[in-house]
Amino acid sequence: MSIQVKNIHKTFGSFVALDEVSLEFPTGELVALLGPSGCGKTTLLRIIAGLEAADRGAVLLEGEDASDTHVRERQVGFVFQHYALFRHMTVFDNVAFGLRVKPRRLRPSEAVVRGKVRELLELVQLEWLADRFPSQLSGGQRQRIALARALAVEPRVLLLDEPFGALDAKVRKELRCWLRRLHDELHVTSIFVTHDQEEALEVADRVVLMNHGRVEQVGAPREVVERPGTPFVEDFLDLHDHGPTWLVQAKIRHRGDVLHPVIGRERTA
Amino acid sequence: MAGAATAMHWAADHAGRFESNVATREPAWVRWLILAVSLTFFGVFLLLPLVAVFAEALRKGWTTYLTALAEPDALSAVRLTLITAAIAVPLNLVFGVAAAWAIAKFDFRGRHLLITLIDLPFSVSPVISGLIYVLLFGAGGWFGPWLAQHDIKIIFAVPGIVLATVFVTFPFVARELIPLMEAQGREEEEAALVLGASGWQTFWRVTLPNIKWGLLYGVILCNARAMGEFGAVSVVSGHVRGQTNTMPLHVEILYNEYNFAAAFAVASLLALLALATLIIKSWVESRAGQEQQQEGAS
Repeated sequence: MSIQVKNIHKTFGSFVALDEVSLEFPTGELVALLGPSGCGKTTLLRIIAGLEAADRGAVLLEGEDASDTHVRERQVGFVFQHYALFRHMTVFDNVAFGLRVKPRRLRPSEAVVRGKVRELLELVQLEWLADRFPSQLSGGQRQRIALARALAVEPRVLLLDEPFGALDAKVRKELRCWLRRLHDELHVTSIFVTHDQEEALEVADRVVLMNHGRVEQVGAPREVVERPGTPFVEDFLDLHDHGPTWLVQAKIRHRGDVLHPVIGRERTA
Repeated sequence: MAGAATAMHWAADHAGRFESNVATREPAWVRWLILAVSLTFFGVFLLLPLVAVFAEALRKGWTTYLTALAEPDALSAVRLTLITAAIAVPLNLVFGVAAAWAIAKFDFRGRHLLITLIDLPFSVSPVISGLIYVLLFGAGGWFGPWLAQHDIKIIFAVPGIVLATVFVTFPFVARELIPLMEAQGREEEEAALVLGASGWQTFWRVTLPNIKWGLLYGVILCNARAMGEFGAVSVVSGHVRGQTNTMPLHVEILYNEYNFAAAFAVASLLALLALATLIIKSWVESRAGQEQQQEGAS
């Protein structure tokens, strides 16, 4: 499903979190909202989900104005920064939650729920943890369960808030690749928020760079690296001290297939 | 509360290590002195009165004790106390959860005012709490004439006692839940909402299970106070024997009549209630502590 945000304006008291932000997220893409903390990226994500209301502007889901649509009817999947797993429920019950709270006429039978949860746990490769409680899982496992829980309701859009923010460096890298592969399998329109340049460039099809509530630049990872649109982008992507662009590219490529998604797309195009 | 329980676990652990380390250990006489002071205090001010209540109650033997309890006025006092608690506690359970939910999970104008107001019953003298109702519903009060016309009795009757008790015990549940719910944040509720749960489903399936121990704790304290409240109830009750006397009031009357054995017999029931409350309270604390430890175990 495509997402459009039009002239979104949001203030918290006198602080302008989002200043007339307009963006388009085409169907099936994995987009990163990248920027320093306090730049409004998480707020934008929460507005798209409906967890926060914009002061002005509109969110269009598949061309339809969703401003008056309640969160629970937007069919979005949201993965919270700290996962927000239900601490008193097992992993299985966490993943099943979205199916079990459906209105009675839409609710699948318990057998169907079981099958579906098993499937999702296999997808995130954690079926052996079904009976554990969230407290008994590692950070990376919690992250994947949070993702499985969000996917259970077959969302039209997947929104991830700092999905790797709370993980250690090694797990982060593994999960990054894993998320990229998962997205290539599911092709659900996804937006994730991050403040980590490398993460955004490595995983996303497109990167939206934000600063002080404004969009600085939108483009494929390669584009923003090769042609930074503003001094902020150049500075934030740390392109200053690394010499000419080709060198930067070589460095990033060396660090871990940054430009793969883009190259892949070019090939299939 | 749950937090306090875990903090205590941790502190005990820590203290143990601290004590066993020669380098950080205080000299023996300091330790003994502190221990002696606190034990003396505990004995004189807490344990002795408790023992005295039971000793006095049983001084004239079991028969006198049981007769004092089986007396119609005593039974009626017990009944009224139970009725009052049975009405006040569920009401405050609902009010408390609603108020805590509103305060912890939403931002709105007047939020701080509401928090302050919830504490009001703690900060005013119970006598004044009772007096408020006399001024409102008493014969000379604001609604007095209207109530008299419609033949409704509130002051010097059971409704007044229930009202005063509800007022005095209001903060217990809310006060217990607000910090707990604030600490837990809104994320789990938001997650439930995004997954399509209705507000009602979110409350029953996510919020309530997360606060159950804190809620139980608040209810226990609320119940103990509801049964033991003296000041506010004394003002509105009118002290009609066998009709508007709760247990604490009955104790006072018996005592004023120099009927010490009976007074202490009824008092011993209240003391037993206090002991039961303490036992349940520490059980709840240890359960909550265990669960928290599990949660933090990973």
